Amino acid sequence: MNINDLLNSTGEWLRGDGPVSDIVISSRIRLARNLADYPFVSRAEPRDRLKIVDMVRELLAETPSFSDTMFCDISRLDAVDRNLLVERHLISHELAESEGPRLALINGDELFSLMVNEEDHIRLQVMKSGFDLHGVWDLANKLDDEIESKLVYAFDENYGYLTACPTNVGTGLRISVMLHLPALAITREIERVFRGLQRINLTVRGMFGEGSQALGDFYQISNQQTLGRTEANLIEQLSDLVVVIVDYEKKARQMLLDDDANTFFDRISRAYGILKTARTINSEETLHLLSGIRLGVNLGLIEDLGIASVNELFLRIQPAHLQKMAGTELDPADRDIERAKFLRSQLNPNDE
Amino acid sequence: MKCQHCNKPATFHITELTSGEPQELHLCEDHAREYLSQSSDDESVVGSVAASMAQQMAEQLGVGETVNQLTEIDRQTCPVCGIAFHEFRSSGRLGCPFDYTVFNEQLEPLILNIHGETEHRGKHPSRSAGESAKRIRLIRLRREMQEAVREERYEEASKLRDEIRTIEESIGHTEDDDSIDPPTSEQAE
Repeated sequence: MNINDLLNSTGEWLRGDGPVSDIVISSRIRLARNLADYPFVSRAEPRDRLKIVDMVRELLAETPSFSDTMFCDISRLDAVDRNLLVERHLISHELAESEGPRLALINGDELFSLMVNEEDHIRLQVMKSGFDLHGVWDLANKLDDEIESKLVYAFDENYGYLTACPTNVGTGLRISVMLHLPALAITREIERVFRGLQRINLTVRGMFGEGSQALGDFYQISNQQTLGRTEANLIEQLSDLVVVIVDYEKKARQMLLDDDANTFFDRISRAYGILKTARTINSEETLHLLSGIRLGVNLGLIEDLGIASVNELFLRIQPAHLQKMAGTELDPADRDIERAKFLRSQLNPNDE
Repeated sequence: MKCQHCNKPATFHITELTSGEPQELHLCEDHAREYLSQSSDDESVVGSVAASMAQQMAEQLGVGETVNQLTEIDRQTCPVCGIAFHEFRSSGRLGCPFDYTVFNEQLEPLILNIHGETEHRGKHPSRSAGESAKRIRLIRLRREMQEAVREERYEEASKLRDEIRTIEESIGHTEDDDSIDPPTSEQAE
């Protein structure tokens, strides 16, 4: 398996099924772990980092759960390939852009990945489509046990798993649920919902674009607290909230239909029309319009398109994916042309 | 007091020690976050760690005494990995597991502030974490050996290497290569 094989699928988290998948895009869990007998990554000498990479590679290559796994030496990948992994949420920006020996292990189904020498020595993440935090945790916990049977983690009776940043200490657990909330965005209720979340120590951020801008109305909700509660308890707390937000979104969707269905249909039809015919289009506009399309498909307003196909478009209109498909590096203006061409070909399947 | 950059109230009072003369900053939450964030890392929220750290310290120390006491705390270093406290304060990243012990007095209130708790209640590794003192010692000895190699004190480096091997064998490590050859250019990067 190599990186180009990834292009043949959309990966687990955008598969578009699983519980509540009309609103919950994916469930993800990340565990941060460090080896007991090395300095943390930012303080480790290059030779220590190299040893850690070699050790993890050697130990996990023989572990059955990692048999269908690609071991990627990040420092040997070019920028487009690194960004491709970032766009697929398999590695972080930090791992893609840092220096020195570092490794990513990527499961063939893109169900899990493991980063070596990111902020912590080991960062394991498990992702599933839809709302399935228990399924995700069961797998993460099992993989963590397997890794831990081969390596000794830095652990303190009082503080739990020790991490490079005290924001992750304890369980080292970050739970993230990605939600598509277009109706809350249209009805401008979203700010109010999120202000409520911040009061209870959960963070929200947009998935695409920089900072808090939420292009495409994708929002990721994560826990901030990692210490002082059990993993099950942290998962339950976040799950309870997701249920509430999903309910708000459903109500907002119904409100849009009840309120002025014609204006709402018009908005979605026009979005579809632009994506089917544009000759050049940037990612911001595309994400905005695709969000409307995704909502339209979920509400049955667009019948000739499935959720899996729309999810796939969200992934493939990103810069590294476009460049991989084109087989060459493209500047932003050429990417906009290529993006429009790709959208036309996907959304007008009958014309050649 | 108002924020130096806008009209919102200044809730963060930061004393910057890294650039020459101590400098007092009074900022609102947004500008404090902007000022303190060193990295665009999307997960670790380094900015808010540093911000809550600064606020924590200001609360603990009282405004008048802040500068001297902060300087003293900032100079403390970890005997194992060698990181100084101010390096953690500016980057938001610790240097090694032992930092949680050495800097506990400063970290505990910070951790309480971030998590609202100071005691782990989650998963425990199934393997005993025993002999952690030996592992901590390994981190320190490896650093000393690498320093000795860099400074071409090969005799000392070789003694350190033997000591490292003895400990590694005693905790069942199966590492082969602890060569004390001068680092290659790649390693010295």
